[in-house]
Amino acid sequence: MTELAEAPAASDAGAADPRWAREALLTMYRIRRFEEAVDDLFARGMMHGTMHLSIGQEASATGVCAALAEGDLIASTHRGHGHCIAKGADLLPMMAELLAKDSGYCRGRGGSMHIADVAKGNLGANGIVGGGIPIAVGSALAQKLRGTGAVVVCFFGDGATNEGAFHEAANLAAIWQLPVVLVCENNKYGMSFSTEKSMHVATVAERAAAYGFPGVRVDGNDVEAVFAAATEAVARARSGGGPTLLETMTYRWKGHSKSDKNLYRTREEIEQWRADDPIADFEAKILDAGSLSVEDLEAVRTQARDEVRDAVRRSMQAPDADPRAFLADPAAAVFAAPLGSHVAGAPAVEPHGLGTALDATEESK
Amino acid sequence: MTATVEHSNGTAAPAAFGYVAGSAPADATAGERVITYSEAVREAMGQAMAADDRVVLLGEDVGVYGGAFGVSGDLHGRFGGERVRDTPISELGIVGAGVGMALSGLLPIVEIQFSDFTCQAMDQIVNQAAKIHFMLGGAAHVPLVLRAPGGSGTGAAGQHSQSLEAWFAHTPGLKVVMPSNAADAKGLLLSAIDDPDPVVVLEHKLLYKTSGPVPVEPVRVPIGKAAVPRRGTDLTMVATGVMVSRCLEAAARLEADGVSASVVDVRTLTPFDAETVLGAIDETGRALLVQEAPRHVGFMSEVAARIAESESLYRLLAPVKRLCGLDTPIPYAPQLERSVVPQVDDVVAAARALAVVG
Ligand SMILES: Cc1ncc(C[n+]2csc(CCOP(=O)(O)OP(=O)(O)O)c2C)c(N)n1
Ligand SMILES: [Mg+2]
Repeated sequence: MTELAEAPAASDAGAADPRWAREALLTMYRIRRFEEAVDDLFARGMMHGTMHLSIGQEASATGVCAALAEGDLIASTHRGHGHCIAKGADLLPMMAELLAKDSGYCRGRGGSMHIADVAKGNLGANGIVGGGIPIAVGSALAQKLRGTGAVVVCFFGDGATNEGAFHEAANLAAIWQLPVVLVCENNKYGMSFSTEKSMHVATVAERAAAYGFPGVRVDGNDVEAVFAAATEAVARARSGGGPTLLETMTYRWKGHSKSDKNLYRTREEIEQWRADDPIADFEAKILDAGSLSVEDLEAVRTQARDEVRDAVRRSMQAPDADPRAFLADPAAAVFAAPLGSHVAGAPAVEPHGLGTALDATEESK
Repeated sequence: MTATVEHSNGTAAPAAFGYVAGSAPADATAGERVITYSEAVREAMGQAMAADDRVVLLGEDVGVYGGAFGVSGDLHGRFGGERVRDTPISELGIVGAGVGMALSGLLPIVEIQFSDFTCQAMDQIVNQAAKIHFMLGGAAHVPLVLRAPGGSGTGAAGQHSQSLEAWFAHTPGLKVVMPSNAADAKGLLLSAIDDPDPVVVLEHKLLYKTSGPVPVEPVRVPIGKAAVPRRGTDLTMVATGVMVSRCLEAAARLEADGVSASVVDVRTLTPFDAETVLGAIDETGRALLVQEAPRHVGFMSEVAARIAESESLYRLLAPVKRLCGLDTPIPYAPQLERSVVPQVDDVVAAARALAVVG
């Protein structure tokens, strides 16, 4: 994690750059098609549990993660499929997790609210509103102490900024000037409760002033604008300039979760936001810029559709998470060093412990 | 006293572990010297920090102040403010930061000033630290150490005196240890720092100033192993935390009356060393389970259940007896405070009564 790839420069990026445009569009389509497939599987009774879809919010996850370098980290939320995909996770183990397969990212133990590709720098989605914010800040402190140069991005919703966790973590990030970007995806509601009713300031971004770091509001449905703002925030974090609160204004098209009857918002409001489709908007910009052709766009759509179809088909065929294997040794799933494994001596798994000096003295006793 | 069970060790041995009953210092053997419990905790942290850059301490007033109970002492002077890090009064934030640090290559020790304030941080302890390894299918783990002083006896009343160990022990994914003496305070903490999982170390405020022989070297006390500091023939006291020294003192007094008691120090609540605990109960056939925490749904209820579910049940000569704190908050007035948690006299009385039943 010491070697960080160069973060892309904002100037090279955008609709006019065919490579960047194609990548960003593909990521947004992957998220959209993945979540549409999830929605469909759920409707057909083939998927269990509940889920929180981010359809309509794809530009936020995509623009932010595009501003990150390899080795940078994210912490995500209950509405985390998009963050996970944008940070480079594979669709197959994601879908396998949702379909309760052993080959899922969490081996069927986490489900939608805990999917993460840890190896790609995702510290985890979170079922607890605001739960990931202190964790991201702690990770940023670790990056600073270890001198890795990595930046940590923490995603959370507008509702989460009313949790104590947000305020405590924001303050820690500020006093320690940590390399963290706090990304609030403001989709106007925390479940049914609107941001206007839940806070007495006009924007989430201005809450940053209370902690002494910049707060920036940006059109969260404009992937280029998100990317530009995130790039600046990431550069500030990486150069030792401390945290930024980035508020990306967006909207979720679907209900909060599977139980939502949309009683708190109007059909007109939903239609109005659907007209501001982050994907269609970006496609129009790409065509305007002439960086990709209509055929290129079609190829991107086909690729995303095929990848998702393939992930569904292959995970359907994968073996289910097996309760027998699980029950044979539940402690092995719960602990990295399961119960009793210390009794014989050193921890069985990954001795995190003190380095050679202590081991040597341990032997000499 | 007579008991009809077989005794593997027929005579009451003196405290084998150099336990200190009350505050009388025991003799130190080679490689040991007598230091206080809080010095032992500090020594473990200092040795760990000297040996491994990844070990960092954070908490409220752990820096120049040296910790609310003086436990971190000179560590700030020795290792500096980056690694011995004062934090704002933000328990949720700092435990969460500890989780993030643990996920990102460090070995954080978070000190919570009073264990009562873990309430502020419960989300990060219970919903995050304890579950991340499991929920992520084993892809990550959280080598976090949470140190927090618990217990009553300091006149600090209801919000600064609780014994909350059962909450943590009831949460899958947390390891929970309660050192009852200086040597274990050092050895268990070193093991906790080694451990790849989150470990809650519940220290006891009354024990901080007690002393006992502690190895100079960083000798680990394994997590998952109970101790039997005293072996007797008539009954077995099973205790946690500060109750261990009270039981040892009670056992010494009982011996003068001809009652011979074993004392088991549970030491690690999770993982629980059923073999040692039940084995020691089997030897006498009488179990007195002693904890400071309230009786209702306390840790000793679990020990009683383990006895009831095992062959040990058939070896009992008398019903299991729990001696616990009352099911009340801890009151302020010293005489009231003493009245709600077991004292040495209470242990002696309960043991006498149990020894003649059956
Ligand atoms: C601590 C906590 N409180 C409540 C919930 C239930 N809940 C889940 S998501 C949610 C709304 C969160 O709103 P926001 O932070 O704006 O994120 P969004 O769902 O809009 O993406 C609520 C109330 C929870 N999971 N955790
Ligand atoms: Mg919201």
